[in-house]
Amino acid sequence: MTALQRLFKFNGGVKPAYNKEASTGLPIAVAPTPTLLVIPLHQSIGGPPRPLVKAGERVLKGQRIGDADGNVSSAVHASTSGTVVAVEMRLMPHTSGLSAMCVVIEPDGRNEWIPRQPFDFRSASPAASRDFLRDAGVVGLGGAVFPSHLKLNAGKQGKLDVLVLNGAECEPFITCDDVLMRERPEEIIKGAVIMREMLSAGEVLIGIEDNKPAAIAAMEIAARAANRVAGANVYKVGSVPTRYPAGGAKQLIRVLTGIEVPHGERSTDYGVQCFNVGTAYAIHEAIELGQPLISRIVTVAGNVGQARNYEVLFGTPMKDLVALCAPLPDSDRLIMGGPMMGFRMPGDDVPVVKATNCVLVGSTALFPPPPPEMPCIRCGECAKACPADLQPFEMYWFSRAKIFGKAQEYNLFDCIECGCCAYVCPSRIPLVDYYRFAKSEIWAREVEKEAADVARDRYEFRLLREEREKQEKAAKLAAKTAAGREKAAAALAEAAKPAATPEEDAKKALIAAALERARTEKARVHPENTADLTPEQQAEVTAIEARRAEIREMAKPHLRPDD
Amino acid sequence: MLEALLVMALGAVVLGAALGYAAVRFRVEGDPLVEKIDAILPQTQCGQCGFPGCKPYATAIAKGEAEINQCPPGGEEGIHKLADLLGREFKPLSAEHGIEKPKSVAVIDEQACIGCTLCIQACPVDAIVGAAKQMHTIVAKQCTGCELCLPPCPVDCISMQPIGESVESWKWKYPVFKINPTQREAA
Amino acid sequence: MSSYLFIILGAVLVNNVVFVRILGLCPFMGVSKKLETATGMGAATTFVLTMACGASFIIDRWLLIPNQLEYLRTLSFIVTIAAIVQLTELVIQKTSPLLHQVLGIYLPLITTNCAVLGIPLLNVSLRHNFLESLLFGFGSAMGFTLALVLFGGIRERLEAADVPVHFRGTAIAMITAGLMSLAFMGFAGLDKYK
Repeated sequence: MTALQRLFKFNGGVKPAYNKEASTGLPIAVAPTPTLLVIPLHQSIGGPPRPLVKAGERVLKGQRIGDADGNVSSAVHASTSGTVVAVEMRLMPHTSGLSAMCVVIEPDGRNEWIPRQPFDFRSASPAASRDFLRDAGVVGLGGAVFPSHLKLNAGKQGKLDVLVLNGAECEPFITCDDVLMRERPEEIIKGAVIMREMLSAGEVLIGIEDNKPAAIAAMEIAARAANRVAGANVYKVGSVPTRYPAGGAKQLIRVLTGIEVPHGERSTDYGVQCFNVGTAYAIHEAIELGQPLISRIVTVAGNVGQARNYEVLFGTPMKDLVALCAPLPDSDRLIMGGPMMGFRMPGDDVPVVKATNCVLVGSTALFPPPPPEMPCIRCGECAKACPADLQPFEMYWFSRAKIFGKAQEYNLFDCIECGCCAYVCPSRIPLVDYYRFAKSEIWAREVEKEAADVARDRYEFRLLREEREKQEKAAKLAAKTAAGREKAAAALAEAAKPAATPEEDAKKALIAAALERARTEKARVHPENTADLTPEQQAEVTAIEARRAEIREMAKPHLRPDD
Repeated sequence: MLEALLVMALGAVVLGAALGYAAVRFRVEGDPLVEKIDAILPQTQCGQCGFPGCKPYATAIAKGEAEINQCPPGGEEGIHKLADLLGREFKPLSAEHGIEKPKSVAVIDEQACIGCTLCIQACPVDAIVGAAKQMHTIVAKQCTGCELCLPPCPVDCISMQPIGESVESWKWKYPVFKINPTQREAA
Repeated sequence: MSSYLFIILGAVLVNNVVFVRILGLCPFMGVSKKLETATGMGAATTFVLTMACGASFIIDRWLLIPNQLEYLRTLSFIVTIAAIVQLTELVIQKTSPLLHQVLGIYLPLITTNCAVLGIPLLNVSLRHNFLESLLFGFGSAMGFTLALVLFGGIRERLEAADVPVHFRGTAIAMITAGLMSLAFMGFAGLDKYK
């Protein structure tokens, strides 16, 4: 009844070892509150939020500590009650190893909430609902952390045909969505009900990879209950074939609806919008319980004794989280995300953020260093594996040579960096690294170009302003002269000269006096070694002067720029 | 012989007339090329190229009066782009016009500023805010790093500070081919 | 009718002006760095060459031969070609200033492109009539364009390739041109199906 009958396919994809069983054995546990929380202010796509608290201030659990900067941004909240120790630069969970502004909170252990009130989105305007979600800090929890309130906009038509809930979770090791769907399916569906109403969506398709039968069963029960309430068969669970990256938004939309969103267009314009199941859960918590997004489910897996899913407060240092799972002694790195798309962390004390769906503990044995890169043999395996139907070998060819324009012509920006191409490459080329390099270079160039355009506009405006000021000055002067002419009608000859007012005269006199002073000063000081010369010395000096003049004359043509 | 001369003269007259007509008919107004060159230049308006701004330099390049390697803020990257656009050979940046420096912004030491407004007049993009006998400050977002405000300052209170990398502006590095990654990491 | 087809096919493939007759190598090496300029240069040369073939035929048949002035042939052809090139340059400058800038010195150099003088002279020695002259000129120019565009495409890719240091730039371009020339000589086999 609730199962989706007809499925479509996307091209490419790979089937890596899934390694998911280890972390699904145990239910979700709540990670203990650490001794210090480091909450980065910038956790989503868009502008960095402005800090709202200062060191020494006491904050409550769920209190807003960073305010969304503009509409394309999302708020940040205190994960627990305590005292703000500092607002300072701390190491970020980012490959660069750079720091960014963080709010450091020392928890008081009381877990004191702010007053929580459900939000009545049915009677509020859509804009007000979106503002509420922005201030509740709800962002996409699939990994891209795109502010959800921006996606909850039905677009031009004002309604959607299909709302896709993404529970595919195709990346190896990660099971946070799987266990969430198993344990809290009702809440996810409640979130879906809210989103469906906000988007006026027709049906809700929940895509889950068929290697998660328990999650599919749980979601089907919840969907059936929701269908009874709705009185129609609108919530459907689609069991999609297990193939990486079935959980990519474009790929899942294609599998569930058959719609292929073209290059450069948004799925909304095709009547489809896609959200992660974790996001649906967060929206339910924000709207029905009044709880802002302060924690999420994180899988800890890899080189650990007991892999498990934890509900973790944002700002918890990764080393505290990993310590719960008994990491094996040979562990040497932490990866945020899975082995295909994850990023290696610069240290183990970086905090868990909204984008952290998994902390993968790595070791040389588990992830051996890649063998040396060999030349591309143009076998075309990468093109077969590419789920975005691109030509990875061409993009690689031009990214490698830093010919970015050409790489862009091969639609580099449609690359979702899934890593399928690098996975199948027989020459072991780290293709995605090249794409990331090319993309960030192109972005940097665009930023520079925008800055140059602004500078050009400002410079041209300045020229315009200077010209205008000059004209205004001239006009003023002319008016003044005319006035003077009227006043001193007798002195016609005087009036003929521009700017002959008494104050101008006084100024001129002052300048003349100053010039005169300077001249006398100059005349007074004589070079001392030229005084009292004998005739021979005098002759010598004249000869030298003549030679100097001659040399200067000879040098002149060489100084011309066109030589 | 006379015939030969006549034939050649006739040819010259006919062709000359045709060319003369074409020169009038296909006269080129303005030069759209200047815009394209100007779009590549970094718009710092610093004058290091020897021209009073980016547009005049672009005009000079289009006319063939200037080399493409006179713009230090544009760097090698800019020269490559100009060479590509104009089909000229790449040349390294000419040393007499300066060297490529990391992107910086001017910062006024507000303790030392005497409020003389000289820097405000020198700034080509109006990025300095202030009034006579009031402290001045630089709008960092609009500063192009042209250094034109440095020489006029009578108390030398303006300094250039390089823009550091942030998480937002960080760029992925070029993948380096490691001969033996384990050895390299151990070292 | 088929003889006209053979003139064009022969000029484009079998007797390709660049790869087989080895004419017009200066613009072939000079303007083939980018596909875009190669196409522009090819189009400009096609126009000039076709016009030059027509004009030179008229001059030869109705001006030089009746007056027994065949010894002025080369001279008058050059003058005509120069005028046509000037005309083309003016038109391109008006319609596509960027192409004009990019073609740069090579545009006036069409005048001294030996292919542009060589094809009208070949027309005379092959005793082509007016239509045949035009087709031969057009076909040769298409062959020139084909060579230029193919080579331009290869050079664009070569730019991103790991060429050994000593072979970079013109050296690898020469080697590529040599290999392409060898490949084009294979079209000589088309003769058998005449």
